Amino acid sequence: MTIDLSQFYTVFFEESFEGLEIMESELLELDSQEPDIEAINKIFRAAHSMKGGSGSFGFTDITQFTHILETLLDQIRSGDHQTNHDEINLLLSSVDCLREMLTAARDKTDIDLEHIQAVQHDLENALGNKTVKKKEYEVAQTEQENTGQIKKEWLISFIPQPHIFQTGNDPLRMFRELEELGELNCTVDISKLPPFEKQDIEECYLSWKLTLISDAEESSIKEVFEWVEDDCDLSIIRSSQETNEMESVSPDFVGSPDVNNKQKAAQVEKFDGDRRIGDRRSGDRRKSRDRRSGSVSESTSIRVGIDKVDALINMVGELVITQSMLSQFSEDFDVSNIDKLCDGLKQLERNTRELQENVMQIRMLPISFSFNRFPRLVHDLSNQLGKKIELKLSGESTELDKTVMEKIGDPLVHLVRNSLDHGIEMPEERLAAGKPETGTIHLNAYHEGGNIVIEIKDDGAGLNKDRILQKAIERGLIKEDEKLSDERIYELIFRAGFSTAEQVSDVSGRGVGMDVVKRNINDLDGSVEIKSEQGKGSVFTIRLPLTLAILDGQLIRVGNQTYIIPLVSIVESLQTKVENTKTIAGDVELYRLRNDYIPVVRLHSVFNIECDSTKLEEGLLVVAETEGQKIGLFVDDLLAQQQVVIKSLETNYQKIEGISGATILGDGTVAMILDISSLFRLYRERSHYNDSSILNTQAA
Amino acid sequence: MNPEVKNESMIGLDTQNNVNQFLTFMLAGEEYGVDILRVQEIKGWDTATEIPNTPKYIRGVINLRGTIVPIVDLRSRFELERVEYSNTTVVIVLKVISKETEKTIGFVVDAVSDVYNVTKEQLKPSPDFGNAVSTEFVKGLATVNEKMLILLDIDHLIDSQVVENAEQVVQ
Repeated sequence: MTIDLSQFYTVFFEESFEGLEIMESELLELDSQEPDIEAINKIFRAAHSMKGGSGSFGFTDITQFTHILETLLDQIRSGDHQTNHDEINLLLSSVDCLREMLTAARDKTDIDLEHIQAVQHDLENALGNKTVKKKEYEVAQTEQENTGQIKKEWLISFIPQPHIFQTGNDPLRMFRELEELGELNCTVDISKLPPFEKQDIEECYLSWKLTLISDAEESSIKEVFEWVEDDCDLSIIRSSQETNEMESVSPDFVGSPDVNNKQKAAQVEKFDGDRRIGDRRSGDRRKSRDRRSGSVSESTSIRVGIDKVDALINMVGELVITQSMLSQFSEDFDVSNIDKLCDGLKQLERNTRELQENVMQIRMLPISFSFNRFPRLVHDLSNQLGKKIELKLSGESTELDKTVMEKIGDPLVHLVRNSLDHGIEMPEERLAAGKPETGTIHLNAYHEGGNIVIEIKDDGAGLNKDRILQKAIERGLIKEDEKLSDERIYELIFRAGFSTAEQVSDVSGRGVGMDVVKRNINDLDGSVEIKSEQGKGSVFTIRLPLTLAILDGQLIRVGNQTYIIPLVSIVESLQTKVENTKTIAGDVELYRLRNDYIPVVRLHSVFNIECDSTKLEEGLLVVAETEGQKIGLFVDDLLAQQQVVIKSLETNYQKIEGISGATILGDGTVAMILDISSLFRLYRERSHYNDSSILNTQAA
Repeated sequence: MNPEVKNESMIGLDTQNNVNQFLTFMLAGEEYGVDILRVQEIKGWDTATEIPNTPKYIRGVINLRGTIVPIVDLRSRFELERVEYSNTTVVIVLKVISKETEKTIGFVVDAVSDVYNVTKEQLKPSPDFGNAVSTEFVKGLATVNEKMLILLDIDHLIDSQVVENAEQVVQ
């Protein structure tokens, strides 16, 4: 029987990555002096399932790696092994290695074999240390054992239930494991095997009687069956004929250090062999890579709670009922029924909206998926920087759209790193400033209106306004005599090429990053805000829309074209007064809005389309805000406000300046959704172009 | 043999005799052909929503059952004289492979004509016109029933020119 295993790959990878996350978070909480057994067990279980899974799917390198990891964990679990801080870090880096290997296996790419070998080596060394330590106090014991070791005979009866294969367990694998414990004799009972035509290939009809001669304890035998205990009848009996036959048993199984070493040497040799094979393979891979490039598509999946699915099914049920009710009206329609028809349509509308909301719900994930990586990050970085930092997380269950989450991950990492590196001071400085030695970074998320708000709060030094100003003047970002509000000063740190770190560390200080953060957040239609108090700390507040698939839009009309402006970017709409319009150099129009002067962007001229009237007072001015700058969009008319589903123009065409996408209106026609910031960019390019052409003609 | 022909043999079309099927359409009196396997559907002309700042031959986008599909006017693409759309004017929706991604694009033509089997022997490479005529999107010429068909390489049609022209417009 052959089953195409590749169909289970995705599940395996997903589960493995989840397992890695569990391992990581448990490891981070582990106290190196007194490891919590329950936590170790959790880590062990995760490693064990990964080993099993990778074995069945033929990822032998992962199996080998997890095996060593598992051995070490087992020693820790049984208390044979004293852990220390370095070893926790070693375990963490082996988690990284596994992640690398899994990613490589999933994407079918090459991995950094040397790095993995190195970590593997460290792990083996850690195992070795233990043997050395153990030897010290066991030498005497071993000697004793050598002379009088008792080989015990175990009679094991193993009757698995028919569905054992479905649980992913393979008796053969377990027997192999048993064989490692000692001399194994195996008798299979085929009496329950049905005639061939009645056999179900996925059921197990066999049972086994095993005799194991080994010095192993009952517990270690039981451990082999640990995963199948519930799915089989198992009895392990110690045979009455004790064998005290030191001589008859091959010396290999006596724990003499010599043999151990030999075995280890053999093992190392084997790994070297594997590496050679690995190298050759990677060479082949490189060759075939061009051919395959682009074909490795990343299909992602979401796990959805069954309650959400049930709610959907309910709603679809209602929708079907409403639909059948409506279709009944059409069969024998009578004017007297018009009220009922209206009711039915209302119900349909309600159903659709509920269904829409619930489908959107499915894409929502708690932000803890994104927050989870920070304990590790803070742990590593604070070690590296020699700072003492406590990370607090709250509001982890706040939900947001999966795509938004994926895109906000990197900016968040940047901001947290930034707070770690620039915000929190060194312990001495903190003590000198009368603050507790340990700094705190607080990550918080909550909903506010249609937005999700993420706060990154630290109790560090805060932003140094003077230094920012000085740096900005140095870099020529602002003029020396410019007067800026506090907020404007803080916003300078988001400008490209700006960094006030006195020393460029590999954490931050190169001045890339913050501008990327700002840009990424803007791309998501979000905003970022800074509050800071010198000596007390800073707060970065990120505001993001909950979803990217639907937006609230304001329909506008220019000539015979309909466009949509995202409602979030509109500040107000107004009719213009002639006396408030000023034209600079006959080209740039400004409108006086209370105490502000805002540039007037004529949509018809930016897009080269017809419009009703070019006179400002005959149309409307939609004041929109982008990147802190207000602009006035000149349009002919405002139409309805409605929710629109965003469709990509790039799928079948290409990106268009000034337009973020398209949508389908109620009448089936397509309307373009405006992207205010790129529209403004387009406008500026145009006027710049005009300026330079004017200059050129003058020069000529 | 080009990759498309291989594809056809995979889905079991009659390729023993190297026969390719082409859908032909009329454009300013000439008959052009496109690989029939690329044709998704043929629909009547309906107004499209204009996209600002795009070349003239991009008529806009339409809603094709929920997807946004751009419409190319093939007459203006070939810089032919513009005519009023009549009731034979149709949009042929084709799958076009551009930069390794598959796109769906509609082409406005005067009328659809016929489906022909063209053997490999009938297919002639287009003569070199020099720089006078841009022929990179002409796959070849074929004579069927004493008529000359101009077989188009639609991937090139969209790939090389649309992007280029769009850039020019932006500039």
